[in-house]
Amino acid sequence: MSALLEVDSVSVSFDGFKAINNLSFNIGAVELRAVIGPNGAGKTTFMDIVTGKTKPDAGRVLWGEDSRSLLKMNEAQIARAGVGRKFQRPTVFEDQSVSANLTMALKANRGPFGVLFWRPSATSAARVAELAEEVGLSEQIDRKAGELSHGQKQWLEIGMLLAQEPRLLLVDEPAAGMTLAEREQTTTLLRRLAETRAVVVVEHDMDFVRRLECKVTVLHQGSVLAEGSLDHVTRNPDVIEVYLGR
Amino acid sequence: MTRQPFILRNPSILIVLAVLAAFTVAVTLMSAAYGNGAIPTSMVKVLGKTLCLALAAVAMDLVWGYLGILSLGQMAFFALGGYMVGQWLMYARTETIVAASLAQNPIPATPLELQEAVANQIFGVVGSSDLPLVWTFAHSLTLQLILVVAVPGILALVFGWLAFRSRVNGVYLSILTQAMTLALALWLFQNDSGFRGNNGLSGLQNIPGLEGRDQATLSVWFLWASAAALAVFYVLAAWLVSGKFGSVIRAIRDDETRVRFLGYPVEGFKLVVFTLAAMITAIAGALYYPQAGIINPAELMPIASIYLAVWVAIGGRGRLYGAIIGAVVVSLLSSWFTGGRAPDIRLPGYVVHWVDWWQVALGLSFVLVTLFAPKGIAGIFDRLSGLRAPRRAAPRKQEVKA
Amino acid sequence: MMAFRASLRLFPALLLALSLLALPQISAANPALEAVIADNLDQIEKPSRRTVEPLIAEIAATGPEGLALLSAWASRNLGMTDDGRLLIVDGDSATDAATGAAVTGADPKMLRPNSGVRGVIEGALVAGEISSPDPARRAAALSSIARDGTSAHLDALRAAPAEEDPALAARRDRVEKLLTIRFDTDTAARVAAIEEMAGDVSLDFRAALNPLLATSRIAATEEPANANIARELSVGGGDFSEEAAIALMTSEGLLQPKLSSADQRNALAANIVDGHVGGVPVGQLNDPAARDRAYEALEAAGTVPPAATEAEAGAALEATRFFDTYAEPDKAVTDAARAAQMRAEVRLTAMKGVDLGLDALSLASIYFLAAIGLAITFGVMRVINMAHGEFIMMGAYTAYVVQTMIANRTLSLIVALPLAFVVTFGAGVLLYRLVIRHLANRPLETLLATFGVSIALQQLAKNIFGTQARPLTAPAWLEGAITFNDVISISSIRVAIFVLALLFLGLFLFIMKRTRVGLEVRAVTQNPGMASSMGINPDRIAMLTFGLGSGIAGIAGVAIGLFAQVTSELGQQYIVQSFMTVVVGGVGNIWGTLAGAGLIGVLSKVIESFNPSNTLAAQTFMILFIVIFIQFRPRGIIPQRGRAAEA
Repeated sequence: MSALLEVDSVSVSFDGFKAINNLSFNIGAVELRAVIGPNGAGKTTFMDIVTGKTKPDAGRVLWGEDSRSLLKMNEAQIARAGVGRKFQRPTVFEDQSVSANLTMALKANRGPFGVLFWRPSATSAARVAELAEEVGLSEQIDRKAGELSHGQKQWLEIGMLLAQEPRLLLVDEPAAGMTLAEREQTTTLLRRLAETRAVVVVEHDMDFVRRLECKVTVLHQGSVLAEGSLDHVTRNPDVIEVYLGR
Repeated sequence: MTRQPFILRNPSILIVLAVLAAFTVAVTLMSAAYGNGAIPTSMVKVLGKTLCLALAAVAMDLVWGYLGILSLGQMAFFALGGYMVGQWLMYARTETIVAASLAQNPIPATPLELQEAVANQIFGVVGSSDLPLVWTFAHSLTLQLILVVAVPGILALVFGWLAFRSRVNGVYLSILTQAMTLALALWLFQNDSGFRGNNGLSGLQNIPGLEGRDQATLSVWFLWASAAALAVFYVLAAWLVSGKFGSVIRAIRDDETRVRFLGYPVEGFKLVVFTLAAMITAIAGALYYPQAGIINPAELMPIASIYLAVWVAIGGRGRLYGAIIGAVVVSLLSSWFTGGRAPDIRLPGYVVHWVDWWQVALGLSFVLVTLFAPKGIAGIFDRLSGLRAPRRAAPRKQEVKA
Repeated sequence: MMAFRASLRLFPALLLALSLLALPQISAANPALEAVIADNLDQIEKPSRRTVEPLIAEIAATGPEGLALLSAWASRNLGMTDDGRLLIVDGDSATDAATGAAVTGADPKMLRPNSGVRGVIEGALVAGEISSPDPARRAAALSSIARDGTSAHLDALRAAPAEEDPALAARRDRVEKLLTIRFDTDTAARVAAIEEMAGDVSLDFRAALNPLLATSRIAATEEPANANIARELSVGGGDFSEEAAIALMTSEGLLQPKLSSADQRNALAANIVDGHVGGVPVGQLNDPAARDRAYEALEAAGTVPPAATEAEAGAALEATRFFDTYAEPDKAVTDAARAAQMRAEVRLTAMKGVDLGLDALSLASIYFLAAIGLAITFGVMRVINMAHGEFIMMGAYTAYVVQTMIANRTLSLIVALPLAFVVTFGAGVLLYRLVIRHLANRPLETLLATFGVSIALQQLAKNIFGTQARPLTAPAWLEGAITFNDVISISSIRVAIFVLALLFLGLFLFIMKRTRVGLEVRAVTQNPGMASSMGINPDRIAMLTFGLGSGIAGIAGVAIGLFAQVTSELGQQYIVQSFMTVVVGGVGNIWGTLAGAGLIGVLSKVIESFNPSNTLAAQTFMILFIVIFIQFRPRGIIPQRGRAAEA
């Protein structure tokens, strides 16, 4: 079994509306994948299921080499297992400094008592500095996250994700609200990250997806419509019909 | 890497400790027992009790200001602490009295007779003469002191586990904590609850074993104990909120979901803080009621806990010293105004008696604070210190690189 | 003895009836009666239960004067003069029984017939009444018999001619059956009567059964031969403790009294010799075993009386059997009575259930009225209004003020209801404009700010109206209760509140589903952003809903004030229950509130019914139940659905 994440015949409905309908989907351990689809195709719900926010009505979600079921775990346990999620709207802790935000995200014991007796070390301080450097926030490290610009918050959140060192990274519309240069930077970062782990990008923006140069999965009405390279799927008549044809 | 002890990194802690020490010394020097008697013993007791309330407010600030749970049941833990220590105080003292009176008999009393006589003395008022099961450990100070933290701790743990597990939060959780307090109060109001119904426990100001000391001396000792407890737990609370733990709980307050996606077991953190705060509150209560002398179920009606929240809000939540300021200022002002010592205001055609109008003024001022000064009194301090000292970004940077 | 006391109470009624009848002819002499009296003076002076019957029948046959004489005789108001005349004595005055002439200055010897004779007289009198041609008098006679029947009445009822009036016939039949159960000597007749009435839950039938099933507890070595045994008790099992068994044996003299520890101590104290009691040093007597040794030594020396030891008590317990025996000797009757009582209890339980349901329904209506406003504001704005209870209080005080100005209770209520709505609507709008609007999206702050308003309003009410409770009197047509039978009844005020709750449910549904405002409110609830982009002013809608919620609280206040005392703390008593109702029901849905109120009302009453004397414990369990309930349905019975719920 080479897949890191295996989503198998998953269905979920809200008040009779089938948000995810018999969805099956695999991600390898080292892979960059873009998930596209029109509004209501079930992209966000798919991420909610993988991260434990929503429990599906049917199906399996298996994780890792030993194929553990993610459905029995809560959000925190899934995150600790190595699934990182970046929200569409940047969510950082605005009341706290950039370094505190990053320190919190650092891979370490997450239990209350572990955290209580955790003390910053030279390594942890260096790692925070390094992460800040990487996302271009070295200068802002002691500022409150709430004082950062929108783009900087995006970067801080990405920095926090890196600090978590996830094996699977779920990224929800990273390009939203970014300048062209920032998009450029984001693309590079995502591609570099995908060299050592699995990255799933949910995106609207076709140009951005094209830049990622990766395998694309098209969702429609809660199930996979097509899969392959962007060029491949854009030639698929079904895809053109439901998505591009509009 | 060298790292300053966290107390030195937080000057506010030193200031609070210094003020507390100065206050304690000053009161001692003006007390009847150890000084010139400028402060009457009753006032020493009021001040000692105020320190206990301040400690309860600090715990409330941990739960509300830092963790974001508006618990409207904190005073239940406070009163439980009082009840637990009160059981020993009342039992031991009654035992002494009863033993003395039984010694008048020609035949020495058996242990069973002694216990029955004690039970009759304590529970005669609710028409019972058996010692209830909950008084099993009342003869032992050590065991009751353990219960002071154990009973509220376990209650908080169980309640918190149930509530947090089902992800009840926000106003729902507040209402639930209020319901818990009300349930406990109603339970204690019953005559057969084992805690003497609405009579409560009384005579707690008489400390068994210290009969030789007068109330003037005891009041100062309790003031010291209260000040010491406040100091110790203030430092503990400050330590708790200063490091990464503090970061995480504030993060939970601001965005619980996001913290979950970082992999932190949010419920575990909530449970730790909620339980710890309950225990601290219980200790405050255990020190408060021997100074008050009496405890009854009215003490844990929901309104008391809401007042605690009011003090913290007026003092400034999310600031530990804010909680102390709020508790001290508002509770002392309240007792001054409702004690009938405040001068009446004579308006043309109407005389404002503060006894009647203080509650109205407090309610309205509370609305005003919520509307116009959400950070409370401590917020004003912050603004002042913010004017004096600019950002301390630079020194921290060096620290990171060192 | 029973019959004696019963007849004392029965007689005034009969007497009255008789004297009314006798009045017009009072002066007319009755020669027949005179003759009978003259012939039977000895019998009248010293009557015998066995032989007096023909004489009484003779006297009764002489007409109204004879009956008057009999009733005076039975009630011991008949005196005999030395010259053999009979006088009916009433206080200081007296009349000749035969002639009806007033007699003064006589000093008659009062006749005191025994209860047996009185029973015979009574029977004769009732027989006369029960066969009276006037249905009203027959009904009155039946009523007095139903109240205080005796075996003589039973005979009279049976001997009386058939009743023509069907309603009276049914009543008579019923009374006869009840008397049969109590007094008939024929077992089969009693059992038949019991079986015929089995399942009846009326108080009179249960009262007739109770004495049959009364038991007394006895201790004996052998099963008593001719007692009607209800059951044999096993010592230590359930309701019969060892202490009770020993106490019973002691009281029946089967066992020496055990020595209480106080008695033992006193005995020991009385026998201290040189610091020793029975050879045991006093200092050691804080040990129960040492006390026993000392007492045994004294017992051996004969200084103190012997007392039962544990071993003796144990042996006596072994040797003794304990029985509950019926006072009623007839087993067939007690068996039938027991079966009938069982059936009555089953039906009674069912009816109590219905009664409980009615109580629960009215409680639920009150909670619904109190909580509906809270639910509206919480549903639409996510705001907990801690001053909601004070709005309830405000409504009640409004009604009180109106009542002091308008004397007519009905009119004042009609004025008070809309006025309370207007006053609290205004207060709600004011609170919204001044406070809540400025705390948008900060629910915890809103909670505390409204709490500030709540304590201010409470104190304000105290300052204005004082601390003592103000009565709010309901109009006369709301007093009293609707009674279905001996068990099921409900007070009219509670019915009115139920109707009011239904009315508001209807009104609310109408506003929400059929009006423009309702549409806008729903839109704002579901998606405020979208609603405002469609030209709805969310601020205005929020203000209106807040006012509406507060207004309903005011009306709830009037309703609550009608059966509770109006004090400044009135609202506080309902606010927690209102919160519970909203939380349990689920927010943003009127049916949720209804379900919550129903659940809490029913549950409160059910828990209360387990231990009616302890309402505090009931409330405690109620709240605990809710805390646990929230575990399983964190969003209430009817949760808000869709993405809005996630926020």
